[in-house]
Amino acid sequence: MSAVPKNTGNKKLGLKEKYGMMTRGLGWDTTYQAMDDVFPYDQFEGIKIHDWDKWEDPFRLTMDAYWKFQGEKEKKLYAIIDAFAQNNGQFNVTDARYINTLKLFLTGISPLEYAAHRGYAHLGRSFRGASARIATQMQAIDELRHAQTQVHTISHYNKFFNGLHDFRHMHDRVWYLSVPKSYFEDAQSAGPFEFITAISFSFEYVLTNLLFMPFMSGAAYNGDMATVTFGFSAQSDESRHMTLGLEVVKFMLEQDPGNKEIVQKWIDKWFWRGYRLLALVAMMMDYMLPKRVMSWQEAWETYFEKNGGALFEDLSRYGIRMPKYHEVASKEKNRLSHEVWATFYNYSHAAAFHTWVPEESELKWLSEKYPDTFDKHYRPRFEHWDALQKEGKRWSNPGLPMLCQLCQVPTIFTEPDDPTTTCLRETTYHGMKYHFCSDGCKDIFENEPEKYVQSWLPVHQIFQGNCGGEGLDNVMKYYNIVPGQDNGEYMGSQDQMNWEQWTGRNHKDAPAT
Amino acid sequence: MNTPSIKPVFIAFVTNDDTRNIVAAICEDNPQATVEEFPAMVKIESPGRLIVKRQSVSDLMGRDWDLQEIHLNLISLSGSINETEDEFELYWGKAA
Repeated sequence: MSAVPKNTGNKKLGLKEKYGMMTRGLGWDTTYQAMDDVFPYDQFEGIKIHDWDKWEDPFRLTMDAYWKFQGEKEKKLYAIIDAFAQNNGQFNVTDARYINTLKLFLTGISPLEYAAHRGYAHLGRSFRGASARIATQMQAIDELRHAQTQVHTISHYNKFFNGLHDFRHMHDRVWYLSVPKSYFEDAQSAGPFEFITAISFSFEYVLTNLLFMPFMSGAAYNGDMATVTFGFSAQSDESRHMTLGLEVVKFMLEQDPGNKEIVQKWIDKWFWRGYRLLALVAMMMDYMLPKRVMSWQEAWETYFEKNGGALFEDLSRYGIRMPKYHEVASKEKNRLSHEVWATFYNYSHAAAFHTWVPEESELKWLSEKYPDTFDKHYRPRFEHWDALQKEGKRWSNPGLPMLCQLCQVPTIFTEPDDPTTTCLRETTYHGMKYHFCSDGCKDIFENEPEKYVQSWLPVHQIFQGNCGGEGLDNVMKYYNIVPGQDNGEYMGSQDQMNWEQWTGRNHKDAPAT
Repeated sequence: MNTPSIKPVFIAFVTNDDTRNIVAAICEDNPQATVEEFPAMVKIESPGRLIVKRQSVSDLMGRDWDLQEIHLNLISLSGSINETEDEFELYWGKAA
C-alpha cells in the first residue's frame, strides 16, 4: 500500500513531498502477520476504505514541524502563567462569581481533554493508514497538553477559591458531571471511525467554536489572562483538529458510497449528543460571565446556523444533510441558558460551584438579548427567587430530578414548540421503561438500546444508596464537597466575603457588558 | 461546473503583534474580507474563499515568515484548506 513519494532530486523538499515522505513514506505493509490481525479494529463498523493513501492532512504537518511549533506554544504559555501567578492575576478578574466558570470548566471539561488523549492514542494505533495514524498521534499529544495546561493554570486559583480542590474525584461522581463524562465514554467505547466522527467532526468542527471562542474571549473580557492564554493555546491545536474532522468525513464519503448512510447516522447522533453537552456552555455564557461577550443565541446563530450551514451545504454534494433535529436546537436557542441556570439555582446545594440571581443590570442585558422570551417566561421566576432570598428564604429544591437516560441532563427542557411545557419522552425496552428529555435522545437510545440501558445515572445511584449512603450529607461527603462552602448561594459565601476583603470590590461593580 | 460558493469561510487569530501584520496582509489580498474584533481575538470572514500569502505577510513583518507559523496564533477556521509553501487557502466547494 505505501506509495513512497519520489524524491525529485531537489535539495529542499516541498511541503507536499516532505509530507508524503514523513507519513506514507514511513509506513509499510506487514508480512509475517496479516494486516487484518495487526489492525483488528478498523473494519467492524462497516466503513469501507479502499485506498488509505488518499488520506491527507491539508495542513501537511509533519512530526519535526509539530514539535517545533508546539514547543514554542508551550514556552509562551508558561511564561504567561508564571507572570500571572507572580502578579496575583487572580485579583484582576471582574468578580469572584466569574471563578465559578473555572470550577465548571475544570471539573467538566479538563477531564475530557485527558479522555480525548486516550481516545486519540487508541486511534493512533487502530488505523492502518500511516497518515491517519500520525495525525491522530499528534492530536493525542495535543489533548494531553491541554489537560496539563488547564490543570496547571487553574491550580493557581485553587489557592484562593473554594470548589477547585478535587476535580478528578468529582468528575467521576458528581451528578451533572456525568453529562460530559458519559458523553465522552460513549465515544470512547465506540469504534475508531465513530470516535473520530464524534469528536473530530461533530464536536470539534461543528460545535467547538461555541465553547472556546465566546468562552475564551469572555475570559479575556473578564480579566482572566491565564485562562484566555491556555484557551487560545489549546484552540490553536483545535484548528488542526477541526480540519482533521472535516477531512476524515470527506475521506470516508469519497472512499465508498456505502459509507454515507453510516456517516450520516453518526453525524445525527453526535450533533445531538454534543448540543446537549453545550447546554452547560449556554449557561456559562449568559449567566456566569460577569461581563458578557455575546449571548448564547447570538453564538448559535453565528457559529452553527451561519458557519455550520455553510459546512453542510458544502457536504451536500456527498449526499450529507444537516444533522437531524438541528431545527429543534434553533428553536431552543432563546430559552436554553435560562432553563439550565434555573436548574442549577434549584440544586446549587448539591453542585460544586455557587449560583445566584442575576443583578439588575444583568437582568436588563438578558431582556435585551432575549426580547421574545426573557421577560415573559424567565424574569418573573428570578424576581420571585430574589424576593424569597431577601426574606431569608433562599429557594433550593430538596427533591432529586429525573434524568434523561441518554444525555443524563435532568429532563428540564421544554417542548420544541411550547416553552411552557416540559418535554418528556419514553420508550419500553425488555419490559423496562426509559425516560428522555427529547426526541433526539430517544432516537439515539432506540438505535443502540443495549449500550444505553447500562448508563450509570447519578440520581438512580443516589436512591440505591451507592453514592455514600442515605441523605444529602453522605452524598456530599462522597463527592468531597463541603456544603455551603464549595456550593450553594454565592451571596454570603466564603468566596464572596474573601473577595470583598481582598479586593475592596463587590459583584455590583461589574457591569454586564 | 460551476458557480463558486459564496458561503462564508473564516479564520480567527489571537490578537498580538504578529497577527496585526497577518491580518493586514489578508485584508490587502482579500478586498472582499471583513474584520471583526473581539476581546483578545480577531476574526476575518470572506465570501467563498480567503487566501493568506507568505510573501505579503513577510513584506509587512520585514522578515521571512514561514507559512506554518500560522499555527502559533490560529484560533479557529471554517472552510476546506489547501496549503503550499507560499499560500494558505480556505474555500468551499471542490478544490481548484
